[in-house]
Amino acid sequence: MTVKQISVFLENKAGCLAAFTKVLRENDIDMRAMSIAETPDFGILRIIVDDTYKTACVLKEAEYIFSITPVLAVEVTDEAGGLYQIVQLLGDNKINLEYTYAFITRKRGQAYMIFRVEDNEKAIDVLEKNGVHIVSQEELDEL
Amino acid sequence: MEKYYQREIECASREQIRAWQDERLVKQVRHVYEHVPYYRNLMKEKGVTPDDIRSVDDLHKLPFLTKADLRDAYPYGLLAVPLEDAVRIQSTSGTTGRRVVAFYTQHDLDLWEDCCARAIMAAGGDKGDVVHVSYGYGLFTGGAGLNGGSHKVGALTLPMSSGNTERQIQFMCDLNSTILCCTPSYAAYLAESIHERGLRDQIHLKAGIFGAEAWTQEMRRDIEEKLGIKAYDIYGLTEISGPGVAYECSAQTGMHINEDHFIAEIIDPKTGEVLPDGEKGELVFTCITKEAFPLLRYRTRDICVLTHEKCACGRTHVKMSKPMGRSDDMLIVKGVNVFPSQIETVLMNRGYAANYQIIVSRVNNSDKLEVQVEMTPEMFSDTVTAVSNREKELESDLKSMLGIYADVQLVAPKTIARSEGKAVRIIDKRNLY
Repeated sequence: MTVKQISVFLENKAGCLAAFTKVLRENDIDMRAMSIAETPDFGILRIIVDDTYKTACVLKEAEYIFSITPVLAVEVTDEAGGLYQIVQLLGDNKINLEYTYAFITRKRGQAYMIFRVEDNEKAIDVLEKNGVHIVSQEELDEL
Repeated sequence: MEKYYQREIECASREQIRAWQDERLVKQVRHVYEHVPYYRNLMKEKGVTPDDIRSVDDLHKLPFLTKADLRDAYPYGLLAVPLEDAVRIQSTSGTTGRRVVAFYTQHDLDLWEDCCARAIMAAGGDKGDVVHVSYGYGLFTGGAGLNGGSHKVGALTLPMSSGNTERQIQFMCDLNSTILCCTPSYAAYLAESIHERGLRDQIHLKAGIFGAEAWTQEMRRDIEEKLGIKAYDIYGLTEISGPGVAYECSAQTGMHINEDHFIAEIIDPKTGEVLPDGEKGELVFTCITKEAFPLLRYRTRDICVLTHEKCACGRTHVKMSKPMGRSDDMLIVKGVNVFPSQIETVLMNRGYAANYQIIVSRVNNSDKLEVQVEMTPEMFSDTVTAVSNREKELESDLKSMLGIYADVQLVAPKTIARSEGKAVRIIDKRNLY
């Protein structure tokens, strides 16, 4: 029940993100979600794309340093307090969040969160038991 | 079976070598005194005449020459023959300020090529080999030297010159190159490129002769493994002739200096005092057979050690260690001596490729040392913490190696200029000199 996230090493320099997104455009790759974590030296760009395998091939060809990480995509009701319920569940069960970011889709008018945790199985277990919907890769591809 | 190009010279007795040196030095000092006013003046200033030099024991009485002298005397000031007798000019690659030019008579070229031929045969080369020369051709001595040496050996010579990696690899595969001659950084780059293309099975290299820049044992192992070859070191400098002043044999425990042509001394770079065998210091050369550009007691700025210990290969000529740094490109950061090779060792130990750049600057009157290292897929992770820890890991290793803090920055692959000639390892923004 995880989805594949591609993490890419980018230097924290002018033009690096532009060069990267140009590669995606040239190869007709569509992003579902994106976030950047930055330090003064470098950035880690995290993306969920419509075709992970193709993107990996394209990035390898373009000599980017990247990795593929299984993360959780979780449906969140798009209203005040929606996120609170979920992170409280994780906190109560001592599941530490490495990082998280949000995205929305036009089709369903629904909000989604990506969660990167250390123990995916445990997090899935806790969330599902509490009726939280976790989005599968197939479902995500449909969005 | 060890191969020799001139066995009777390479394996001559120490007494014989000494006899050659005594005779040739005396003659050379006269030649220089008579034909090079610049050096004659230096000798006069020191109160030395040719009559004072009766054997190698008197060598220490002669004045030193440095790169500064070469610049002062540019271009003809150290020429010892009529210009019409010189047939070739070579020049040093990209040093700052005035270039250094060196002149050669036909006889000089002949002896230089002999030296390179010795190096090729010591690396196992022979008539049946295909010598792939990827040193630059032109003013740089690398291409011309190994090219000439390869001809003398009777090997099939591929004068590739540097650059155009695609073509290098194609020729290597199609024409069965067996011995690669280039800078170690280009060898590492070629090895990497061959691997990327999955062509390791299609190359037939057995040996490499790599020189013209500093490289570590770690880098040697890396190249040997990636190309499936034995990598030999070669040493030389344009001022003295070019590559082949010294070369490695199968023992790979130092480079034999061609003592029938060059007398080597190790001096204390601060005092100029000659140091005994086995002590680390600056290497100084005296050319005893050259005609056109015979430098006497030329200070190389290379820091190394000499040893007369018996070598397993049978050669009797003195061996110099791989230069451990240069007395002039050694960095002094926060008062601490830093050799780039130390930094390279740290990186290789942690599994990084030797693609790095050292940047020294001065911020608020305090030195700052930065080391940029190219990221590798193995070192990457999706969390900032993990990647930052990689940097901290290197910083901590560098701190124990150097004794000072170095700010490590991981940068994207292939962003550090990996020139096809010499790698730019150090950027000193302080302008201290």
